[in-house]
Amino acid sequence: MTKVNMTVNGKAVSRNVSGETLLSEFLREDLRLTGTHIGCDTSQCGACVVHINGKAVKACTTLAAATDGADVTTIEGLANGELHPMQAAFKEHHGLQCGFCTPGMIMSGVDMVNRYKAEGRELTAEAVRHELEGNICRCTGYHNIVKAVQDAATKM
Amino acid sequence: MANGATGIGARVKRKEDKRFITGKGKYTDDVRMENQAYAAFVRSPHAHANIKSIDKSAALAMEGVVDVLDGHQLTGDGIGNIICGWAVTSKDGSPMNMGAWSALATQKVRYVGDAVAVVIADTQQLARLAAEAVEVEYEELPAVVKADKSLAKGAPEIHENAPGNLIYDWEIGDEAKADAGLAAAKHITEMEITNNRLSPNPMEPRSAVATYDEAEEHYTLYTTSQNPHVARLVLSAFYNVAPEHKLRVIAPDVGGGFGAKIYIYPEEITCLWASMKTNRSVKWTADRSEAFITDAHGRDHISTAKMGFDENGKITGFKVDTIANLGAYMSLFSSSVPTYLYATLLSGQYDIQNLHANVRAVYTNTVPVDAYRGAGRPEACYLIERMMETAARELGMKPAELRAKNFIREFPHETPVIMTYDSGDFDANLAQAEEAADVAGFPARKAEAAKRGKLRGLGYSCYIEACGIAPSAAVGGLGAGVGLWESAEVRVNPVGTIEILTGSHSHGQGHETTFAQIVAERFDLPIDNVSIVHGDTDKVQFGMGTYGSRSGAVGMSAIVKAMDKVEAKVRKIAAHQLEASEDDIVIEGGEVKVAGTDKALGWHEIGLAAYTAHNLPPEMEPGLKESAFYDPSNFTFPAGTYICEVEVDPETGRTEVVQFTASDDFGTIINPMIVEGQVHGGLAQGIGQAMMEQVIYDDDGQLITGSYMDYTMPRAADLPFYSVHHASTTCPGNPLGMKGCGEAGAIGSPPAVINAITDAIGNNNLSMPATPQNVWNALQAVTASQAAE
Repeated sequence: MTKVNMTVNGKAVSRNVSGETLLSEFLREDLRLTGTHIGCDTSQCGACVVHINGKAVKACTTLAAATDGADVTTIEGLANGELHPMQAAFKEHHGLQCGFCTPGMIMSGVDMVNRYKAEGRELTAEAVRHELEGNICRCTGYHNIVKAVQDAATKM
Repeated sequence: MANGATGIGARVKRKEDKRFITGKGKYTDDVRMENQAYAAFVRSPHAHANIKSIDKSAALAMEGVVDVLDGHQLTGDGIGNIICGWAVTSKDGSPMNMGAWSALATQKVRYVGDAVAVVIADTQQLARLAAEAVEVEYEELPAVVKADKSLAKGAPEIHENAPGNLIYDWEIGDEAKADAGLAAAKHITEMEITNNRLSPNPMEPRSAVATYDEAEEHYTLYTTSQNPHVARLVLSAFYNVAPEHKLRVIAPDVGGGFGAKIYIYPEEITCLWASMKTNRSVKWTADRSEAFITDAHGRDHISTAKMGFDENGKITGFKVDTIANLGAYMSLFSSSVPTYLYATLLSGQYDIQNLHANVRAVYTNTVPVDAYRGAGRPEACYLIERMMETAARELGMKPAELRAKNFIREFPHETPVIMTYDSGDFDANLAQAEEAADVAGFPARKAEAAKRGKLRGLGYSCYIEACGIAPSAAVGGLGAGVGLWESAEVRVNPVGTIEILTGSHSHGQGHETTFAQIVAERFDLPIDNVSIVHGDTDKVQFGMGTYGSRSGAVGMSAIVKAMDKVEAKVRKIAAHQLEASEDDIVIEGGEVKVAGTDKALGWHEIGLAAYTAHNLPPEMEPGLKESAFYDPSNFTFPAGTYICEVEVDPETGRTEVVQFTASDDFGTIINPMIVEGQVHGGLAQGIGQAMMEQVIYDDDGQLITGSYMDYTMPRAADLPFYSVHHASTTCPGNPLGMKGCGEAGAIGSPPAVINAITDAIGNNNLSMPATPQNVWNALQAVTASQAAE
């Protein structure tokens, strides 16, 4: 067991974890933050995307022990009193159906917009589609997800 | 009673979204019980083998392992075999050959993934480690994975009671008439058509949490189900897990279904039984690899078809011969998919008088195959629409012209394959799609693409499907083991708020919004005063669940029927209290009024009056809560035209869908935003089938496509924005005039895509999925044949 200290959704967290515990398991089972979902076992579906120090990371391919000292934000920590513009845009544009891939989509969407803004690049529909390579949705056909991310980009 | 902002036809934002976008959804794997243990299954690594022995000792010796249970213990406790609930009779009158399927195999395994034993342990990780420590000795047998090879002489026999691996040999239509129609034809189009095997892949893997209460002898099962009441019924009546009143099934938020979550699988049965054996709550959650080898697959047909035409392009006869691969065991509704959900739709949108189909269903050493989004109807649509497009090319006619020549235009229309189409305007959908797709501008776009070295193609699909499944007596007559009505309860509370308890189940369809819309419209109330309760057998009286695009046409009809009863009682109470005639009572603006007067009661006052019961009409029972069962009078028939435009890179075979246009007739639409979303998702799955997805087994029955590394799921960059339109006729068969929208996209789109690609490359011989390699090979064949000329 290894002791890890990290900040999760703004709160300091300290736990003992085994060396093989994945961050996704740690969040879901130890912290009971079940908004981070597990949709595959090969790091492809992106339902588990969280932010580590502000960057989108797949929690299913990150060891909890490796995030010692990190600042982690999950879908539960994204809204700050009111919905984050990305969350609001997903609702506004019907960018979700069953909701299972949604937390990962939203976390990826936020990261994508932040990066493009920081680099001064335009987030075209084509760019959004390319950036979502690591997030799979089976319900929406992506049409409304792309619209939601582009709309949120104008409000972030 | 207009309710423009939130009523029927309004694009109401979804009420359920908040919990999903904030990470507060409650899915089965999010459930954690006190004293919870974890199940891991020991699965066969062989496609076909006899079980010689099972050695549990090493696993049982591991610390934290609660128990290791096998099939002999399971059957010894009286747990019944898994059954197919739809009896299909062969054309010679013999019953289908259903082989025994035990949740844990005892003698023989029949596909890679067949469960042999289960480990129950304190943690999931430990359970999985211990499952690997269970030593099973197998005697390997030869395997067969392809449907046609399974029927061949000398193929390994999979079930003792299914000689030659044949489950049934079934037919529909009149063969003599079809033969005569073909004999009279001036032109015959003949094709061999394969419908590729798919894995449904809802993003939430299946999961179950079972708890046994020893004192009450009562079980609770949280599970990823599209139909929790059906699960309870089957678990109780057929698998003998517990009587229904001692079994509660809860399907909380469910992350997509697409058919895969209709069935009751070995894992749920085993978890329930194991919770009793171990007196622990038992949780099992599939990982994706396990989903690929346990979730029922879809499609997998091999067909030959002949269609005859007269000198004017009218269809004179149509004959189809299909072999359907049902996998190693018969899943819950597997038998109905290639028969009553497939061959009954082979008339398409066309007036075909002479039609015959023969279907042989076979066992193979593969995962069981059952309904996947569309279920039988995509296979029918693909076959007909590939035939029509090919025939048009052979006859030198425009694809739209040949179709229009054969459209059915008078309703009701009885097909030779037992369906009675009730409504539709196929010309309107075709015209709308052609206009929206700018078909007139296609030659210019093709020429422009050619300048860039690209091949541009256009493909049509005019689909029809049968939804609103289905009149209970009718399906009973065809062999269904259940009725396919739906139930609802409308509960008006003393403060006037309303709860709708429905037997439909939402796993992405947005019922919490659309069902509330029809209530808000009917009683002219704020939509936030209405909530929807579903997915719990202890709360909802009964239900048949959600599949086959039935929640609108059947589920909402049950709600309407219950609302009729509530309204009748409201009128009686209001008339009594306001001293007026029931006929003069109007319900609007949150009030119940006497027309033409200022006499009114607030809606909430009616609720309160019903429950205080101080001043009700004589003989009236207190309370304001009504339930209804709605049994549909017919199937419903959504239809439409899809037009796909593609661009092929001849150097690589890489194909891009540059435009996809849909014109659908869904009847009444409650929420266009949600309906469009259903079409988008269906189109993505259909384009996925056409261009990317395929389950592949090697000849030994090993699954090659067992993860997202190997099975291509459509990504955002693979798909276009869709151009979605509606030209609707009202369905005469149900009170809201609805037809259903959940499967159309997946049904109608694959032939449009393949017709477009074959148009672009000039070679009709192309099978799904049209991967770059397959398209490139088809292009080389064209080049080779041109060189030979």
